[in-house]
Amino acid sequence: MITIDAAGMHYKELNRLIREGIANGVKKFFLENVNGQYYIGDGIKGDDVVININGIPGNDLGAFMDGPTLIVNNNAQDNIGNTMNAGKIIIKGDAGDVVGYGMRGGRIYILGNAGYRVGIHMKGYNEQLPVIIIGGKIGSFFAEYMAGGVIVLLGLGLEDYDELDSDYFASGMHGGTIYLRKKIDFSKYSKEAELYEADEKDMDFLKKYLTDYADSFNIQAEEIYKKPFYKIVPSSARPYAHLYTSA
Amino acid sequence: MTKSSFSNIQSEYLAIIDHNKCVRCKRCIQNCGWGTYSFGGDKIIADHSKCVACGRCYTYCPEGAISIIKNPTRIRENANWQENLVKNIWRQSETGGIVISGMGTTFKYKKYFDHILLDACQVTNPSIDPLREPMELRTFLGKKLSKLDMEIDEKGEPVLKTKMPPQIELQTPFVFGAMSYGSISLNAQKALALAARALGIVMNTGEGGLHDDLVPFGKNVIVQVASGRFGVHRDYLNSGIAVEIKIGQGAKPGIGGHLPGEKIGVDISKTRMIPVGTDAISPAPHHDIYSIEDLRQLIYAVKEATDYEKPVSVKVAAVHNIAAIVSGIVRAGADIVYIDGYTGGTGAAPNIVRDHVGIPIELALAQVDERLREEGIRNEASIIAAGSIRSSADAVKAIALGADAVAIGTAALIVMGCHVCGKCNTGNCSWGITTQRPELVRRLDPEVYGERLYNLISAWSHEIQEVLGAMGVNSIESLRGSRERLRGIELTDAELKALGIKHAGL
Repeated sequence: MITIDAAGMHYKELNRLIREGIANGVKKFFLENVNGQYYIGDGIKGDDVVININGIPGNDLGAFMDGPTLIVNNNAQDNIGNTMNAGKIIIKGDAGDVVGYGMRGGRIYILGNAGYRVGIHMKGYNEQLPVIIIGGKIGSFFAEYMAGGVIVLLGLGLEDYDELDSDYFASGMHGGTIYLRKKIDFSKYSKEAELYEADEKDMDFLKKYLTDYADSFNIQAEEIYKKPFYKIVPSSARPYAHLYTSA
Repeated sequence: MTKSSFSNIQSEYLAIIDHNKCVRCKRCIQNCGWGTYSFGGDKIIADHSKCVACGRCYTYCPEGAISIIKNPTRIRENANWQENLVKNIWRQSETGGIVISGMGTTFKYKKYFDHILLDACQVTNPSIDPLREPMELRTFLGKKLSKLDMEIDEKGEPVLKTKMPPQIELQTPFVFGAMSYGSISLNAQKALALAARALGIVMNTGEGGLHDDLVPFGKNVIVQVASGRFGVHRDYLNSGIAVEIKIGQGAKPGIGGHLPGEKIGVDISKTRMIPVGTDAISPAPHHDIYSIEDLRQLIYAVKEATDYEKPVSVKVAAVHNIAAIVSGIVRAGADIVYIDGYTGGTGAAPNIVRDHVGIPIELALAQVDERLREEGIRNEASIIAAGSIRSSADAVKAIALGADAVAIGTAALIVMGCHVCGKCNTGNCSWGITTQRPELVRRLDPEVYGERLYNLISAWSHEIQEVLGAMGVNSIESLRGSRERLRGIELTDAELKALGIKHAGL
């Protein structure tokens, strides 16, 4: 276990110390006074590495990450989990734009809200199933070109839940599943996806993740199940199959 | 919306069989990826509508019994309503689709390389004979420092204090352009990898991930990161000699790409890390790059993930304001900028983009080199020029216009038998290059074509040494950006100005 005081430290130095620590077998890190440093957890490996972050980490938190767990005790910024392969990121606040872009595996749990372009081009592959769970609301361009994985939108504490509507919601979606706790008029957002009521199988599948999510933030799982779940799936894995003609 | 299968479009080519010569060996049936030929009981029958003039059948006909001719029955000639325009109207009215093609544009735009002449020594300074004197072609791609810090050690010897930025060492100033596994076959990629290793140059994965079979070639591979992030993970970034962030491509600036689901078989699925049968959609932009600052962020995200050990290249298409764009890319921290001209090739692009968007590499290159020099940052990044380098002459001219190295894409495929039929998008390539059909891929022998690629690049390198010698310089370094050694012919003042060269005679 090591503690790094990141006050006034350049990201290059901070991340070098983390990489060096992992190389030396350190499993637990406490980063104090983090203030906007980019790339924390970028490209690091090791399923048993846990990095606790106090302060607000900068962009590209956990980019290309492959296994470790990052726990942010505050808000976080943009590009969280960019092209992440495995691992877990827990944000005990709000997240910025572009969460989980091109993410292929691992989990991202956000207690509060997330910004624009969440889950763009998220993809699943074999046993790798990326999962993002967002407690609050989201911005526009949500799940654009989504190709795989699972995103759960909880909208906890949002009375009428209208704020879950996002312009260009799931446009170009061609894989994966979105779960949400509100029946939205989805047809006005995406021609490429459809909305159904979540069935027992869906709820069984979700249980593991929702329990883990609730545990991560010390919230009551019952709260989450108070409203029924709906799911959004793509109409086709080939949304643009008929777009072209060969010269 | 197809109500009738009747088409106005007549066969472009006729596959004519000389039945007196034909021995009915059926090799043509087997070789044609398009299904043009069948056996009619006593003779070979050709369905002309399927022929694309890819040249496979007559190359492999043991009796020379096949001729492919342009269909003499053609649409009335009309300089305004040209045949391809009329046919595209029919195609689109019959299908409602966007017209797409493979390969670079077929339009007859001016080729500036063909209007540039090289200099040579006569009397006043001696030429050099490359057959007996050393002629250096070695090229290092990467950031070059503007100053080096030295210190004196205990023994009083000077030692370099500055940590040198990572470089790609090329034995000759060529690289193979980015062509993904998916757009081309694994055997085609293997041929490129074998040649790259033998030549001491590099190939480029394109946006298709790195197949396990190519991992041992890592030192000769640039791995690409594009908007779909296919096959991109930490180990992938670290498995090549450098990482390339692809923003744009000369054949289709500003748009993304779709590898259709039918091409995503088990092996491609594994390499791209996506499920079998889904479309592999690369969005038009990277959704984490909406500005130069964002580009910088991704460049450094890659550098962090690779511990600053790999040069990062940024590939862009040559577009109108390319000089300012490249200046931004260099300032964003790129070690290499790959500029792809509008005649560059592709696996598939909408014709409207392929034929009408972008600018020639020659003009882009001259402007970029000029701009970076003016700003004092030319040393900060190397430049790779691409977009139909057709010969060693094109390569030499590109380097004199300011490139550090050139990329070869289409020419490398031509080595493998490509006849530039432009149907890469269909996946039926009879030569086993732009197809994933196992019976077609199998016929492309990586060893054979790896050797031929080696031969081509070696021959081109010798030719470059010849002209360097003729110009009286003994290193490619001495020609780089040396536009004084170029003259224009049949060019307007505006064109000469854009190229930064004088007219011949001046």
